[in-house]
Amino acid sequence: MSTVLALDFPEISEILVWKDIFPGFNKIAVITILAVLLTLLVFFLATRKDPMAAPKGVRNLAEVSVDFIDDGIVMQTMGRDGLGWTPFLLTLFFFIFLTNITGIIPTFQMPATARMAEPLVLALLVWVTFIVVGIKHQGPIGYFKSSLFPPGVPKALYILVTPIELISTFLVRPFSLAVRLFANMLAGHILLVTFAILTHELAVKSDVLLLKPVALLPFIMLVFLTGFEVLVAFLQAYIFTILAAVYIGGAAHPEH
Amino acid sequence: MEAIAILAQEAVSAADQKNISAAASAGFAYGLAAIGPGIGIGYLVGKSVEAMARQPEAAGMVRTTMFLGIAFTEALALIGFVVFILLKFA
Repeated sequence: MSTVLALDFPEISEILVWKDIFPGFNKIAVITILAVLLTLLVFFLATRKDPMAAPKGVRNLAEVSVDFIDDGIVMQTMGRDGLGWTPFLLTLFFFIFLTNITGIIPTFQMPATARMAEPLVLALLVWVTFIVVGIKHQGPIGYFKSSLFPPGVPKALYILVTPIELISTFLVRPFSLAVRLFANMLAGHILLVTFAILTHELAVKSDVLLLKPVALLPFIMLVFLTGFEVLVAFLQAYIFTILAAVYIGGAAHPEH
Repeated sequence: MEAIAILAQEAVSAADQKNISAAASAGFAYGLAAIGPGIGIGYLVGKSVEAMARQPEAAGMVRTTMFLGIAFTEALALIGFVVFILLKFA
């Protein structure tokens, strides 16, 4: 008689929904608040250092990250005029990175951005920001005219172009921004959970002695994926910030 | 032997049937959704590397544009992943 070995994968709610510490306040909220506090702490400590002395410690980190946002994101997408947006983008980047990286930090083991609420709020924030910036820079009529009726298109094609632009600019942008971050972090979390469970089942819970050394394989994969998740956490924060910069820059200075 | 359960042969109920087809189609949904973006990202990064090798001084700009392109291409695969989650668990 042949037997089939199967693995009990926990329900999706079991790996994503955390118990309330007190009503309405769970691990996700703790991570979110810690991310905010840590960002504030880093930059407040950095400003307290003597600006004339050679930077070290926390100030080094702060300067490197400001340079990274300035040169890597703002100058590449918005140009010199966009440098005023550095504080906004820097906060966005730090918040997303810190809420992502908790996915691999022991005792947290959960990226806060793997719950749809956080990416959704951030995406809506960017959505409102770029629309407001567009209206502020070009006036309400000018902004919707330049984004819905792009110049240089033959008149007859507007029947086709305008609905596409309407959907892609005002509906798909916030949706894809939120879903990209959410799905990446959720996928990473599920991968880590899968290999952790596989290792645990094979090494600890299984009573087939022959299977115990096999647990080394998923364990190696788990270590590799943990390193990969650091990359993903950084890359997703970077992509979210760069897309926010592109959208805001595009609203402020339309193509002529 | 609790979690690594031996699945005995038993009559397949209607609920099981639904779960089985949900799991199978979820797998297909993600697998099919990953083909296009896989090819797309490969092509995109390959071309970007080519551009960076030809003009190293433009590497910064090419890299930024490359990440933007990856972000848009990848969105399709991620929507496939969300569909997978919805089919499998919802």
